[in-house]
Amino acid sequence: GRVKEMNTYAWPTVFGGAGGESERTRADIISTVEFNYSGDLLATGDKGGRVVIFQREQENKSRPHSRGEYNVYSTFQSHEPEFDYLKSLEIEEKINKIRWLPQQNAAHFLLSTNDKTIKLWKISERDKRAEGYNLKDEDGRLRDPFRITALRVPILKPMDLMVEASPRRIFANAHTYHINSISVNSDHETYLSADDLRINLWHLEITDRSFNIVDIKPANMEELTEVITAAEFHPHQCNVFVYSSSKGTIRLCDMRSSALCDRHSKFFEEPEDPSSRSFFSEIISSISDVKFSHSGRYMMTRDYLSVKVWDLNMESRPVETHQVHEYLRSKLCSLYENDCIFDKFECCWNGSDSAIMTGSYNNFFRMFDRDTRRDVTLEASRESSKPRASLKPRKVCTGGKRKKDEISVDSLDFNKKILHTAWHPADNVIAVAATNNLYIFQDKIN
Amino acid sequence: MSQKQEEENPAEETGEEKQDTQEKEGLLPERAEEAKLKAKYPSLGQKPGGSDFLMKRLQKGVWGIVSYPLSLEPKGVLGMKSVEQKYFDSGDYNMAKAKMKNKQLPSAGPDKNLVTGDHIPTPQDLPQRKSSLVTSKLAG
Repeated sequence: GRVKEMNTYAWPTVFGGAGGESERTRADIISTVEFNYSGDLLATGDKGGRVVIFQREQENKSRPHSRGEYNVYSTFQSHEPEFDYLKSLEIEEKINKIRWLPQQNAAHFLLSTNDKTIKLWKISERDKRAEGYNLKDEDGRLRDPFRITALRVPILKPMDLMVEASPRRIFANAHTYHINSISVNSDHETYLSADDLRINLWHLEITDRSFNIVDIKPANMEELTEVITAAEFHPHQCNVFVYSSSKGTIRLCDMRSSALCDRHSKFFEEPEDPSSRSFFSEIISSISDVKFSHSGRYMMTRDYLSVKVWDLNMESRPVETHQVHEYLRSKLCSLYENDCIFDKFECCWNGSDSAIMTGSYNNFFRMFDRDTRRDVTLEASRESSKPRASLKPRKVCTGGKRKKDEISVDSLDFNKKILHTAWHPADNVIAVAATNNLYIFQDKIN
Repeated sequence: MSQKQEEENPAEETGEEKQDTQEKEGLLPERAEEAKLKAKYPSLGQKPGGSDFLMKRLQKGVWGIVSYPLSLEPKGVLGMKSVEQKYFDSGDYNMAKAKMKNKQLPSAGPDKNLVTGDHIPTPQDLPQRKSSLVTSKLAG
């Protein structure tokens, strides 16, 4: 449904250590957040290569206020650090992206990837155990066959629910450069993986080969001018995908037109006023995320200062531009010095495509309602997250007199960045990753 | 720089005019920031892009912490000031990992701390590789 009042988010569930900088280890930093297709499961990946999956409680009639809270369901180590012997470089175990597969049976499947290797994980439940085996004891020791005098049929007994994660496929050795995106196709059989210069198409059943569908590596590396920053399959058209670049452009490709999609079918770029060009122009135009709307009619891109909505039928310019933190334009020098200008923010749609959300600094995140044209800034922090109170909208003061409750640009904490957010596919439930903490907010109004 | 700029810009940016004004207002702070940067680091090239910088970015895809002054190595479009974690070989890599682990986990034992890096270690002396069973704090 439509986002009625964007400032009615409350009921925070917070996961993660409450400790400060000293307690938090690098490995705990959350690097990706993703709801599954039903929204009942929420997966997070971190820099330590671990995946944690949360499951929504079934709504309970006897507890009307239990609003489908999320609890830990399963956790496993997806990737380990590796050593590239050829280049003498370390391969980080950090999970760059997680994408769920649509559910086809009782088990759940997801793809998780680090810089080099994609893995398909099966998460299944076990709540029964067989007892009364003939050939072994209850503790597993083999029985002496000569002592077996009678046969019995093992019976299934209930046991405490156990959630097991097992790697079913490992898709390795297909990327020379660092993987930034994976995207499951609507055919539910294939998926793409994109690195800085190439995009590969995989079949979920086949691990020993993949098709290269985009290759922008120039013959002479001296001619390299842009890299691929994100890629995604169209939600309904299984032959269409898009990829974004470090120069702020998006290319839409149709796999029916040719096997190698180096030539795009559509090219999206907003014209730039050459007189306004500065040293920072190209850097801040680099697209850090691209997401199709659920309808498949639009796509959204995130660059350093704004979120843009594009109509797939119009390549010349976006149909909407939403400023995330325009006040940072006058801070670009220091943001370049401390590397923040290269931060890669993600963005997401709500289930009905009526609202979009993206993160900012100081643990702020922004929501834009496309219908009412209203936007709000909210904060994910333990101090501002009281159980029943709505999140209070925040305001950043850019100059002149600072009003009460406003925060000035110079007081913003640039180490507290919200790069990853996710929106439940149907309900008004959002997940916000603030460094090493995960916040899940629910809409107060039913 | 005093400017008439709203704290939170409205979501709509559809009108042509509005976009023009927005760009003109945006032009000034961006250029001012550029001047600031050039004043601090005069050796910076005109254009931050370029194949050298992108190529470096490809080798190590994450933004690292610089260990040398910014003026010596201008950053490219994609943050080329990252330091490459190059190792001589896998032995070098394992030694570096062991050293780092010793700093992070003092509970590894005082004897093991002394061994690593100071003399030729034997397999028994080296600390175990990072345990995979350290659960994420998200999982409680």
